[in-house]
Parts: sequence; structure tokens; C-alpha cells
Amino acid sequence: MAALAAFGEQPSGAGGLRAAARALAGDSWPGFVARRLARLLVSLAVVVTASFAMIHLIPGDPVHAALGPTADPALVAARRHQLGLDRPLPAQYGSFLNNLFHGRLGESIISQTPVSQIVSDRLPATLRLVAPAVVLILLVAVPAGMIAAVLTRDGRRRRGELAFAATTGVLAALPEFLLAVGLIALFAVTWPVFPVAGQSDLSSYVLPVLSLTVVPTASLSRVVRVEALRVLREDYMRTARAKRLPARLVYLRHALPNLLTSSLTIGGMLFTSLLAGTVLVENVFAWPGLGSTIVQAITTKDYPLVQGVVLVYGTFALLITFAVDMAVAAVDPRSTVRGN
Amino acid sequence: MAANRSGTGARAALRRSLHTPIGLSAVIAGLLLAALAVAAPPLFGDRAEAIDTGATNQGVSGAHWLGTDSLGRDIMARVLVASRLTLQLGLTATVIGLAGGLVLGVAPSVLGRRAGRAVTAAVGVLVAFPGLLFVLFLATVFGVGSTGAVLAIGLALIPSLARLIQNLTASIAGSDYVAAARILGVGRFRIVVRHLLPNIVEPVVLFGVQAATGSLIAFAGLSFLGLGVQSPDYDWGRLLNEGLGRVYVNPASALAPGTAVVLAGLVFGLIGEAVAQAGGRRTVTVPTATPTDVPAAAAEQDTDLPPGNANKDPQDRPDVNGDALVQVTDLRVAFPGGRTAVRGVGLTVAAGEAVGLVGESGSGKSLTALALADLVPYPGRTTGTVRFDGADLRSNPRLGTDLALVFQDPMTSLNPALRVGRQLAEVAEVHLGASRGGARARAVARLAAVGIPDAGRRARQRPHEYSGGMRQRAFIGMGLMAEPKLIIADEPTTALDVTVQKQVLDLLGQVRAGTGAALLLISHDLGVVAEVCDRVLVMYAGRIVEELPVRRLADAAHPYTRALVGAIPTMATDPASELATIPGRPPEPGEEFPGCAFAARCASATDRCRAELPVLAAAGGGAGHRVACWHPAEPDAEPEAARAGSEAAA
Repeated sequence: MAALAAFGEQPSGAGGLRAAARALAGDSWPGFVARRLARLLVSLAVVVTASFAMIHLIPGDPVHAALGPTADPALVAARRHQLGLDRPLPAQYGSFLNNLFHGRLGESIISQTPVSQIVSDRLPATLRLVAPAVVLILLVAVPAGMIAAVLTRDGRRRRGELAFAATTGVLAALPEFLLAVGLIALFAVTWPVFPVAGQSDLSSYVLPVLSLTVVPTASLSRVVRVEALRVLREDYMRTARAKRLPARLVYLRHALPNLLTSSLTIGGMLFTSLLAGTVLVENVFAWPGLGSTIVQAITTKDYPLVQGVVLVYGTFALLITFAVDMAVAAVDPRSTVRGN
Repeated sequence: MAANRSGTGARAALRRSLHTPIGLSAVIAGLLLAALAVAAPPLFGDRAEAIDTGATNQGVSGAHWLGTDSLGRDIMARVLVASRLTLQLGLTATVIGLAGGLVLGVAPSVLGRRAGRAVTAAVGVLVAFPGLLFVLFLATVFGVGSTGAVLAIGLALIPSLARLIQNLTASIAGSDYVAAARILGVGRFRIVVRHLLPNIVEPVVLFGVQAATGSLIAFAGLSFLGLGVQSPDYDWGRLLNEGLGRVYVNPASALAPGTAVVLAGLVFGLIGEAVAQAGGRRTVTVPTATPTDVPAAAAEQDTDLPPGNANKDPQDRPDVNGDALVQVTDLRVAFPGGRTAVRGVGLTVAAGEAVGLVGESGSGKSLTALALADLVPYPGRTTGTVRFDGADLRSNPRLGTDLALVFQDPMTSLNPALRVGRQLAEVAEVHLGASRGGARARAVARLAAVGIPDAGRRARQRPHEYSGGMRQRAFIGMGLMAEPKLIIADEPTTALDVTVQKQVLDLLGQVRAGTGAALLLISHDLGVVAEVCDRVLVMYAGRIVEELPVRRLADAAHPYTRALVGAIPTMATDPASELATIPGRPPEPGEEFPGCAFAARCASATDRCRAELPVLAAAGGGAGHRVACWHPAEPDAEPEAARAGSEAAA
């Protein structure tokens, strides 16, 4: 946090500040972390402001829309007052931030329960899908992409290349929700191995996690293959072969770190979109997570609830991006130079 | 490849791409999808709308191939008709996204410095959010329905497209020709129209196709969630939404619209692949002759030799040299399509000897070196025998320790992700069975030995922290981790500053003095070879044309060698005189000659030179001097320039 101080308006002349400024300009690790933290904070501010602004961007009266055209005008007015919509905009923004700081996300229009309580009830179920999916994607996509690249490098096995491109292309083009429907039809209806929907024992996780995993795995393995092909053409790979290293070292020690940095940079996007993918998959499997919550909230025009869930999703997406940036920088220190 | 030279680059690339399986399937599938969207509504529209209360929720039958929905409407017809609305909505959203992306992507190049940065930063913040989250946010704002969904998906596409286009334009805006245009006072908008946009068309088309795939799926998702197209309209996502409820009654009603989405996505993906291929973002190899054709072609070429020649090229004959460290016989490197880069090279390197291999780029000298190290890149095929230290090269288990290589570009030859010390140490770990600590200590010692200051600290750094000369030193040190008997250095100084070149050559000399290793130095620079080597081999068009001791360079007999020697400027060269040049150009690797490949550029060429291949035979320069020329120059008849060159060499 010391390095962060450099972003504020500070009187000049402080020695530590100059060091911090030097660190920011240079390619050093603290400078890089500081720059990324600053970006994270700016982005968080954007999420918070956007979720606040959302309710005001909706054409017409959101409360009226939520309660329906036949709602009692007195009730509408009362609910408007309750949401603070009758106060001036800056005052609303101020109390929104203040409430947020104290963990208060408002109250659902429909169920009248605190949004923060709904979120904390639903979020764990979503995370229990996302975490195993991320691990599975990395464990499958990176080796699959590398093996495909090694087998098809320099235009070898053109038919195999076509098969890989076609298979992963089809899988990557599959919408998660359709895959989920297909998996249900196969493994819950035709062969009832796994439960159709809902969250129960371990077997209930298989189909949802699989639905979340297959598409990003296919895309990431394509990215990894292209990156690996690029790396395999590099002069330093010829050096590794010239050293007569065993294939294991050539590929794992010399190729992998070089393709991981670029693949993860691109793959970072996949992980954030995975979070969003839970929205569709949870709806198919009636999974009691945030994804099914937000869709219900949008259809029922329960705007405070939408606001809260958008806030949570946005924050998680930013944290994932930040974590990927840090991981890439740890593997490849040169990426700290590229910085902003 | 001829199309490349004809100047219609992009169109030719596109045409080539269309001849590949991916390109062809993309065209056919794209046309089919377009035809469906155009023809289905007029053909099946009535059938799709026809309510039949007597036949609701039917399964698959002859009358209804995919069954009927809850109002008895034919699902097959509905899926076909929905293709138009689905594609319309998806493509509209793509156009919104692409237009917005282009505006925000090009803006930083047009706006001033500060405004440009602000746009870049804003896009950078927005791009971190997943697209679907964006879509849900916007769908909430715009309200549930088709219009809202088109706007939501289109706007949600903008940040990522803007980021991609920004990266593209930034690289072009930083290029020399745009800088030149700026200096000439060309306006910002003119630069965008004349320089930026034409150069990003190809990748932007590719991004557009990918965005279209994305918006197609996003739209299906939104409609499936009930947030997109609303009844009575229907797109594939809406049909899927309706069909999912009946999945147990009639699986086809859910699977058919889903499959339609997948197939359309696949078509878009194929088109994207084809565009990428045409843009060179994917390696396109034009189908050529299979590698197996090559040895046959090479053999033919041999038998084509005029009867005056023995069936075997004398270069093939193994030299009777008992202590040869390297013995190469009839080495050929051929590529598919009949391109032969090395055409029957024979050479020997004695233990401890320094041999120079000289030639122009394209003469096959680097491939000869790579073939000696068994590193010819695929799909090149190496034939002939290479014996190294008494064993066949490919089966030599000591290759990792006995052979050291130094490559041209030290900037790219060291692994950027690994610490330099680690890259040296692993040689000792793998080949000498050294412990991790022992290998590390050895690596530091070798780095110190090649003149890296503060080697202990430097060993922990990565290559990007080294200067060019230091990297080449470290690379040479890597070759010294074991006790090499041969060092193959392929243009080791070409990529370095002139002052550093000398240091690296001196280092190679020290290394040889210290280890007694032989050196095969490949260079286009006869001066460098003359400075370091004992013996010179001159290559031209894949063959060795002359072989002679360095100190006899002045007595060179081949016109090509003499021209090379004459091209070296020395302190004695009159600054006012023009440097000697060789007229004409070196032959292409694919060109075939019945006679001497140099004949076209040679002043003393005769009909015999053009018809008959000269063989390498003893020449007048004494022991170890051989030349492949029908009209070798007499040792006494050397021109003044050659004399000057020999003085430089001495």
C-alpha cells in the first residue's frame, strides 16, 4: 500500500515518494504491482458506479415497472422513498457508497430480504462450480494444446491438424447451455447416472462442472497450440535440441514457460467469462447459485437485487484478472516491463 | 510461390486459402447458410405458423420430422424459418460492435496524446469485464426483448473489439512509414484513411467473423434465458427455451434449435479459419511434391551427368584421412517440391583444425552446418553420411557433450524464460550426471571463463538483462559445459556490433587454444574466416567449389573465390576506387543446372561450363587445394584485387 501513496496528491520532496515514483516508472516488481493495483481500484470504482447508475439508466420509473402497472400509487411512492429514489442524485450516490462500505446492498423489491443476505446464501454454490472448473480446464487444455502442437509442428500430420482444429472448433463453438442440455439428455435421462438438476451430493456436481469446462478447455487448448507452435519455431528451441536434451526437458522446461505466459494472458479472459457462463449453466441445472438469481431478478425487475449481483460478479471478474496478471508476471518477469 | 511475386499478395493469398480443405468448406458452408436464411421464410413460413390443435406436442413422425410444439406447429419448419431472424439479430449486433470497436480502436491514433490515452485506458477497464455480465447489465437497462438484446450484445462487443483494433493500429502507427508520413505533414485523418485502415482490414475481418460467432451464441443464450426474443417472434434461442420444457417428451424439439446454433457457429468458425489462413495467421503449405520424391530427383540429376564424369561425383569419395574428426560424404539436404539446398557436399575436419565455410546467403552453408548437427528443420531431408568422431552422427550418444553449436543471433537463441545459469547447468546435469549444485558451480565457472563479469550474479539473470555480446559469450560458454571436440559456429558475429565481433572471434580463438576443439566457422564474410581459420571451403549453389588453405587464398583458382577475395576492402584499397562486385545474382535453391552453377555470372565461362558439371579436383595451389572449375585461373595470373585480399588474409 506504500507504493499506492504515490498515486495521491502528495507534496513533493519526500524521499520515499521519489523511490516509489521511480519504481512506478521502471520495470521493478513493486512498480508493476502498484500499477496493477491502481488499475484494479479504478475498475472497482467503475463497477460500483455502473451498478449504481443502472437503476437510473432504466427508461421510465423502475419501481413502477417492478411493481406492475396496477400497483397502488401510494405503495409505489413508499417503495421509491424506501429505495431513496426521491432524493437528489449525489445524495443517493453518497449513501449508496456508504451502505456498500458497511456491506449493505439494499433490499430486494420482490422478496423484501436484504440483498447481501441473498448473495451470501447463493454465492458459495456458484464458487463450488467455478473452482473445480478452473482447475480442470488448466489440467486438460495446456497438455492437450502442447501435444497437438508438438505433433503438428512445421506442417506435420496435416490431417491430424485438421481433426484437432475441427474438434476443438466445434467444442469451442458449443454454447454451454446447449452442452448442458445434451449432457442431461445423455447422462441423466438416457443413462440416469447423474441427477438431472439441483445441488445434492458429489454426483450432482459432475454435469454442471463438465458443462462449464468443455468449452473453455477447447478454446484454451487452441490458444495453447498456436502459442506452442510459435514457441517451437523459436531459435531457443533449436538451441534446446542442439543441447540434445531429452524431449521431456525440451518441452516442459524450455517450451512450457514461454507459451504459458502468452496463453495465460489470453486465457485470463476465459476465466472471467467462465464466471458469466455459470449464469446459463445454473439456469439449466436449477443450481441454487447467483446465476439463477440474477436472471430471475432481471425478469421480475428486482433492480436492487440485479445491482447487488452485478456488483459481486464484476468484482470477482476483476480479482481474477488481477490474479492472472500477477501469475503471469511471476512466471515471466519481462511482462512487468510491458505494464500499461 | 510465384503468385507472391506477382504483386497481388492479398488476393493470391485468399485464392490459395480457398484451395485448402478449410477454405473450400468455409465457402460452401457459408453459401448454404446464407441460402437457408434467404429462402426458408418464404418457403416454410406458412407451415411454421400453421396452428394445428389436433396435433399438439407430437413426437418425430413422417408428417413432422421433428415433431410439433404445444400449438401443433411444425418444429422443423420453425427451426428453418428462425434462421433468418437469428442471423439478422446476430449480425446486427456484430455490426454495432464492429462499428463501435473501430471508432474506439482508431480514436487513440486520431485524437491527441492525452485524449488517446484516456480512450485506451477506458477500453482497458471495460475489457476486463466478461461479455455476458455486460450483456446482462445492458439487458436490464434496455429491458427484455429483441431490440434491447441487440443493443446489449452489440455494445458489449465493443470493448474487446476496440482493444484488438487499438493493438493493431498502435503497431502500424508506430511503423516507419507512418512516422515518415507524419514528418511529411500528412494529416491525422489522412493517415487513418490511407495507412491505418487498409492495413488492418484483414485482421478486422477476422475479428468481425469471431465477433459474429460470439454474438450468435450470446443471442441464443439471452433468448434461452427468456431475456431476448419474445413470443410470438422466435429465434433459435427462443425455440430452445420452448423446446427444453418438452425435452422428455420430444428431445428433438430442444436438440434441433440447439444443433442449428452449433452448426451456424461452426460455419462462422470455418469462415474465420479461412480468413485467418488468407491473412497468413495460420501456416498455409501449398500442396507440393511429397518428400519421398526428392531422393529420386536427386538420383536422376546424378545420372544426368555427362559421360565424361564418373557416375560418382569426386566429392563423394571419402577422403583417405585416418584422423578426421568429421567426415561428410555426399551430403544432400532437400525440401519437398524439389528444392535442393545442399547438393552432394563432402568435407573433412581434422581434430583441432579450424575450417571456414564461406558462401553467399542461400548457398547452403548454414544447412550444411545444421545437417552436421542433425538439426535440419522439418520438412528438410538429409541424405549422405556424416561420421563424427568415428561413429555415425545420428547414433552418436556423445553428441550432447562432444559437439557445441554457436548460432547467429544470440538475442533469440537463449531461452528468455530461463535464467542463463540454468541454461548452462542443465547440459552438465543431463549429459555429465552432475548434481544440481555441481552443475550450477560449473556454469558459473564457465561464464567467468568466457569473460562474463560477476558471473555468480549474472548466472541468476535472464537473457534480456544481458547485452548482445554477453549473450553470445554465454552461449559459447554453454558449449563449453562439457569438453567439445567440435564447435560449429554459424555466423557467430553477424548479429553483433563491429567492436563486439572482434571480441567474440578472439574468444573463439581462446576457447580453441584451451580445449583443442576443432572449429567449423560458417560465414558469408571471407575476411572473418581468413582471420580465424586454417582452411577455407567455398560453397556456391549447394556445392563446394573450392577448398584451399587460408594462406593460399591469393592463389584461388575458382573465379567465384577470386571475386570474393577481390571484394574484401583493405587499408591498401584506394578509397576512390569502387569495390569489386560480382555481377548477377546467386541461383535459387530450386534452379537446376546441367553445368556449373556459376557459369551465368562468370567472365571466363564457355559452352562446356554451361553443359558439364565441373568436379572438385586437385588444383595448382599445392597440397590441399582443390577446385571445381573447367577454367581455373593460373596461380600467377591473379588480379591486383586478389593480391590485396591475400595480404589482408595474411
